[in-house]
Amino acid sequence: MSDPRDNVQQEFLAEAHELVEALSRDLLLLDEAQHRNERPQPALINEIFRSVHTLKGIAGMFGYRHVGAVAHALEDLLDDLRLGRISVDERVLDLLFDSVERFQRLLGLEDPQSPEEEAGVRAYVEAVRSIGHAAHEEQGDPLDRYAIGAAVLSVLTEYEEHRLRACIREGLQLFRLRASFNLTAIDDSIETLREVARDDAEIITYLPSMEGGNEETIELVVLLASRVPEHELRAHFEGRYGTIEPVEERTHLPTLPPRRTSIPSAAPSMAPAPEDDALHASARSVADSVRVDIRKLDHLMNVVGELALVRSAVNRIVDHFKGQSVHRQSVTDLDRVGRVFERQLSELRAGILDVRMVPLGQVFGKLARIVRQAAREHGKEVRLVVTGANTEVDKLIVEELADPLMHLIRNAIDHGIEQSGERTLANKRLEGTLAINAYHKGSNVVIEVEDDGAGMNPHEVRDAAIARGLLSAEASRELSRQEMLNLVFLPGLSTSSQITGMSGRGVGMDVVKTNILRMGGMISIASELGTGTKVTITLPITLAIIRALLVTIASRTFALPITAVREAIPYRPRDVRTIDGREVMTLRGETLAICDLARLFGFRRPSRREGRFIVVGSMGNRELGFVVDQLQGQDDVIIKSLGKSLSSVRGFAGATDLGDQKVALVLDAPALFSEYFDGPNVLRAMETSP
Amino acid sequence: MAYHALIVDDSSAVRAFVRASLEDAGFARVQEAETGFEALRLLASNTFDVVIVDINMPDINGLELLAFMKKSPRQQAARKVLISTQVGGPNSKRGTDLGADAFLQKPFEVDELRSLIRGLLDRGSEEVSG
Repeated sequence: MSDPRDNVQQEFLAEAHELVEALSRDLLLLDEAQHRNERPQPALINEIFRSVHTLKGIAGMFGYRHVGAVAHALEDLLDDLRLGRISVDERVLDLLFDSVERFQRLLGLEDPQSPEEEAGVRAYVEAVRSIGHAAHEEQGDPLDRYAIGAAVLSVLTEYEEHRLRACIREGLQLFRLRASFNLTAIDDSIETLREVARDDAEIITYLPSMEGGNEETIELVVLLASRVPEHELRAHFEGRYGTIEPVEERTHLPTLPPRRTSIPSAAPSMAPAPEDDALHASARSVADSVRVDIRKLDHLMNVVGELALVRSAVNRIVDHFKGQSVHRQSVTDLDRVGRVFERQLSELRAGILDVRMVPLGQVFGKLARIVRQAAREHGKEVRLVVTGANTEVDKLIVEELADPLMHLIRNAIDHGIEQSGERTLANKRLEGTLAINAYHKGSNVVIEVEDDGAGMNPHEVRDAAIARGLLSAEASRELSRQEMLNLVFLPGLSTSSQITGMSGRGVGMDVVKTNILRMGGMISIASELGTGTKVTITLPITLAIIRALLVTIASRTFALPITAVREAIPYRPRDVRTIDGREVMTLRGETLAICDLARLFGFRRPSRREGRFIVVGSMGNRELGFVVDQLQGQDDVIIKSLGKSLSSVRGFAGATDLGDQKVALVLDAPALFSEYFDGPNVLRAMETSP
Repeated sequence: MAYHALIVDDSSAVRAFVRASLEDAGFARVQEAETGFEALRLLASNTFDVVIVDINMPDINGLELLAFMKKSPRQQAARKVLISTQVGGPNSKRGTDLGADAFLQKPFEVDELRSLIRGLLDRGSEEVSG
């Protein structure tokens, strides 16, 4: 008989990675709570425990011995945590954060049993086991105070029993809610029940009862702990859900056998922990989700692209017949049907794109570990503040983003944020702040990495570039402050370790920039000496399909991604003047640099100088006017790669099929911007340097 | 013999593993439930020969499902297997009291699962015939 494990191996890996991702996200929340000096929510610790517990279980079944060993050790630690036997501290957090990378590496091994990993795993397991817990005995079991009933106690898991004790100890009242649920809609009903309960009560467990149930409905007894007075709870739940009654307090001594007890909580009484939104969201997504291979989505997206081509072809036929008097009614009908088709197609495309979207938080979790690690290595105190972790981006972009962001964060901690001694002298908070902010801006997503460190001295950057022969002293005189800062993105500026002495950064910034450009994004840097540095990344939300403005340049069609286009205006040669050898014009009081694409690409100048257009492109905080001959309109295009032999040609993101057997080149807006704003200066500088 | 089995576990890998193991072993039909609520829905309208339940699930745990099945007329003949990572702990003691016929300790092997289920069902059919 075949081993069923072969068939479900993929299922295992997918679930294991999902669990590790969930673990990583939850640890970030735990870390944040710790920084705010808050007691972690029991639901959060339980969620972390559950991830590790499940991982341990399945790792063992699929032969991932090392993953199992690490998870097993952690599970015990987490069990102690959730049962209140030990509390969260830095050491515990370090070990937990360490586990995420460890799991990821171990899951990626070709041989999951690899003996080479043995020593590392053993050392880690020992480190986890060394965190002992003191066994505390408590006088009197709080459960004895209530007449909960043996039938109820007998179906509680150890953890539920622990929560029950903790709630009683904190002075919460116990209630029984009896409610009938329709079995087909029970998940939704429970979800709303949780919402209602959120602020007022902790739900200990749900007990299905046989009374009043049949094939359609079931009665549940929900055990609640609450600080809210009985009449208020009644107002909340009764009528809506069923009846609520307090669990009676006992007056006589218990008859239950003694049970192991745990440490009373040291923290002062708090309201019952409200269930966290994120926890709910993750629980829901587990319950109602399907896993899809992203390649399948790519395929679907390609089909959508092909359908869009069909639609364009139909459009052209309609256009062809429109001017003629024959079949007028049929042409009108066809036109209308075509529009409906187009609307549905764009719904379909939006739907597929939506499926590809994942929250950036997935990568932020990873970053929290890097922050801890880098801060520890340098003996610095760094607080990570994340906003916009729910901002959604294409899954592929999220994956590609991990490395560049990691680099930026390392740089910020290595070179940006000062030692606490220095910070005290500078009258800054002892603890450095590293902020990551993400938000949507139009059809782009913006990610800022900002530190409140020493900032960069543009002159030092410039001097470093001169010292490395990347720039002549002569050329450097023309550079503005911003242009000097931009030199950090030059390859070769920061490969040397000497840069560490510079009060800036730049390690691998050229690589970061290359990665961002490859995704069709932009990167910019701003820095104030003594105040800090901010790197801003602007990325398209998806890579799968783009809406483009089709333009004509010297009788050829080009596609310009609409995400980079702000507006198009008529080109009037008389408005154009020349500054420093560059053409500029004034648009609404601002100076706009102009780039004649026909000239840039080396086409012969068109005979006419009037009737052309300027397409105003916008990337990050920069704008550039592209001069084109004609505007053809907007279309959705799928970018196809130019192939290896043409991959070194700059300025083009790829080619696209226009459907009538015509191919258009897709302009690479970020590369054009970069070529125009950063390139010529540097190129000029290189030319003049010896 | 077409047995009818239910696996209740919040891990999709475990469910897939159990399903593959049992369907290969000649089970005509294995149904899956990811949560206790889903399980309640299935238990209310189906009769199972074997129900395999993970003890540690959020909301409705495995013990609660056992207690429910104990009272449910439909599931009186069902063999109940409790999956737990720690057999012999306080959780499994409660499981025995609630009528669990067998325990399966995670991680378990294909053969272990098959022989356990085979044993349970043989016992079941003997009782029926005898």
